[in-house]
Amino acid sequence: MSKRIKLEAKDLNGYYGDFHALKNINIAMEEKAVTAFIGPSGCGKSTFLRTFNRMNDYIEGFRAEGEILIDGKDIYRKDVRVDELRKEVGMVFQKPNPFPKSIYENVVYGLKIQGIKKKSVLEEAAETSLRRAALWEEVKDKLHKSALALSGGQQQRLCIARALAISPSILLMDEPASALDPISTAKVEELIYELKNDYTIVIVTHNMQQAGRVSDYTAFFYMGELVEFNKTKTMFTSPKDERTQNYITGRFG
Amino acid sequence: MWLSAVITILITVGIIWVLLSESISFFQVVPLSDFLTEKEWTPLFADKKFGIMPLVAGTLLTTAVAIAVALPIGLTIAVYLNEYAHNRMKQYVKPLLEILATIPTVVYGFFALTVVTPFLQTIIPSLAGFNALSAGIVMGVMIIPMISSLSEDAISSVPRSLREAAYGMGSTRLQTSFGVMVPAASSGIVVSVILAISRAVGETMIVAIAAGQQPRLTLNPLVPIETITTYIVQVSLGDVPQGSLEYKTIFAAGITLFVFTFALNNLSFWIKKKYQEKYD
Amino acid sequence: MTNSDINRLKDKAFQFFGIFCTFIGLVVLAIFLFDIILEGAARIDWDFLTSLPSRRASRAGILTAWVGTLWILVLTTIIAFPLGVAAGVYLEEYSTKNRLNNFLEINIANLAGVPSIIYGLLGLEIFVRQMRLGGSLLAGALTLSLLILPIIIVTTREAIKAVPRSIRDGSFALGASKWQTVWNQVLPASFGGILTGIILALSRAVGEAAPLIVIGALAYVPFTPSTPLDEFTVLPIQIFNWTSRPQEAFLTNAAAAIIILLIITFMLNGLAVYLRNKQQKKIKW
Repeated sequence: MSKRIKLEAKDLNGYYGDFHALKNINIAMEEKAVTAFIGPSGCGKSTFLRTFNRMNDYIEGFRAEGEILIDGKDIYRKDVRVDELRKEVGMVFQKPNPFPKSIYENVVYGLKIQGIKKKSVLEEAAETSLRRAALWEEVKDKLHKSALALSGGQQQRLCIARALAISPSILLMDEPASALDPISTAKVEELIYELKNDYTIVIVTHNMQQAGRVSDYTAFFYMGELVEFNKTKTMFTSPKDERTQNYITGRFG
Repeated sequence: MWLSAVITILITVGIIWVLLSESISFFQVVPLSDFLTEKEWTPLFADKKFGIMPLVAGTLLTTAVAIAVALPIGLTIAVYLNEYAHNRMKQYVKPLLEILATIPTVVYGFFALTVVTPFLQTIIPSLAGFNALSAGIVMGVMIIPMISSLSEDAISSVPRSLREAAYGMGSTRLQTSFGVMVPAASSGIVVSVILAISRAVGETMIVAIAAGQQPRLTLNPLVPIETITTYIVQVSLGDVPQGSLEYKTIFAAGITLFVFTFALNNLSFWIKKKYQEKYD
Repeated sequence: MTNSDINRLKDKAFQFFGIFCTFIGLVVLAIFLFDIILEGAARIDWDFLTSLPSRRASRAGILTAWVGTLWILVLTTIIAFPLGVAAGVYLEEYSTKNRLNNFLEINIANLAGVPSIIYGLLGLEIFVRQMRLGGSLLAGALTLSLLILPIIIVTTREAIKAVPRSIRDGSFALGASKWQTVWNQVLPASFGGILTGIILALSRAVGEAAPLIVIGALAYVPFTPSTPLDEFTVLPIQIFNWTSRPQEAFLTNAAAAIIILLIITFMLNGLAVYLRNKQQKKIKW
């Protein structure tokens, strides 16, 4: 338990117009650990996840109050640049969303927009990222084929490789396996397990078993509140709050 | 009631029949090879030459100028409204821009001749009173809403997830637009441009008023030229006897125009159909 | 400067360029309207509206032109309205998805893209020559009807499509026939949308000059038409004619006539937009 705190929220409140979506959330997440956010639909877990790379900025009417700290620095301060922030905080979305370009172009996209043009650098980064995402062996012969021709599971791992290519220290995953078949899901989960050696990972999931399998810590959200946050093992075996217990035993959700 | 639907087919058949029957009797006198290769078009003079090329060149020249104006501006507007502007602004600006498309073209012609040409002449003294440049620019302004509206529709139908992926990687709005959204919407944007070209090729009154009536094979936008449409108007205004060869020339010119627009329109349908289901 | 600074700068620069492009069209429009009003407004008076055309610019008026435009509007509506709506209803309600209808649809889309001057050539051959109508109002109205038919059909279909399934099912459940359902339920419910489409189509027809010039409408008509078989002129042709003359005074006349034409066009478009908004507010399915 002597690990460093990487991500923190302090008194965070979020609003969509008049709707109070996130209610006074306080949480501190460890470096190089996997934290799972669970809770019923509409509980605010995805909204909360998206405050860590400020993806909510693009939703008209959304506003956040309070602090989100990454390595102790508040990312909602005025002088923080969103584009810089997002290079530090990678994101993988619910549905695989590769760009309609080649596999290679997808992986190096993040580097190219940073102005990196050198071919050798790009190629090396592409291979490293694809290897890390356990996709290299499957795609190395068709790097310049369209990414849309890959299977759903491969596409999702490509999206993970794409996020890794810009070498973030944090990975946000918004139900990364919800659109995948069981075999692909298993592959993505294995990958998450591998990646936590180098990255701080936050994963939103609907699937309790998945949270149990991949995460070190679990946070349970309900109606915009953070109800309980603990080691996954502890939480699943002896939840403190009645709502948590009801949820993980499948009484609602 | 199905008869009324069949009328639409009759119209098409009618158009093709009318254009063909008159053109065929034209081509019995003037060989098709002359029509396509002769470099002069002087059917109304004593020394008659029937080469369509100068009219085609005039048409393409004004069209090129129009697209050169409308494409960058229209596409920029589409991207701006989609990625930068607030929803409310988009709601107001789109219908306002569409006013541009409702103004009668004869009015645009007046504008080209009496405002744009004199203004351009202060910058380019060698500009003739009638020229392809003014007509093309004004035509470009007219088709801006066509490109901006259709392109904006295409861009906003790109799935949200792609935009999020781009922003999630730290892209700026500009990088998201031109690196991801515009390429993903490219088929829709191409369709909008093709339809705009088709519109410009068939546009009549602006060029009839402001571009001149001198068929000439040139790429110089500063001198008077004549488009296919202008020629048809020119003959229609004169006293050309029915059934004469001169009279038939307007149908030969008409079928040339029809072939162009027909090909462009069908190309756009084909592209639309082919790429329609890309994101389903 | 880091790459990220440059990217941000480019982003900002494009934002300004975007605003510039968005408003340049509107600014041009404003300059243009201002210029026209400056040049033509003073010329508009009662005499201008009630005088016949003349070789002398100061005596010329637009009586024949606006009367002709009015005639064309009315005749075109009478011809195109029933045809277009009938075709739209047929395609949306009665036709089944088969090859013929697929072809019909492509054909209509194609017709909508045919340049207006080509319709002029069609009208010249069919109405003016074969049917011997000459350069009459009727020939002009028929030609313009064909021109706007595709627009009316497309908007009619869209309006009908917007009527929810439940209304039809409700009517069928009460034992109504297809025709009764269409006539009593679907058409009234979609009427606002259909009307909007027709008015927009008419505003297009009012501004057309090219096809009417081709069928032989004249710039100089010394009397106002009194039957559909009379010769005629319309505002856009009058404007074209005056614009093509070298004398400055005729340009002033043209500007004045443009103001009248724009008033008509904007009124029709405004009416269409008003009807559409009203329709959208009234019915929330």
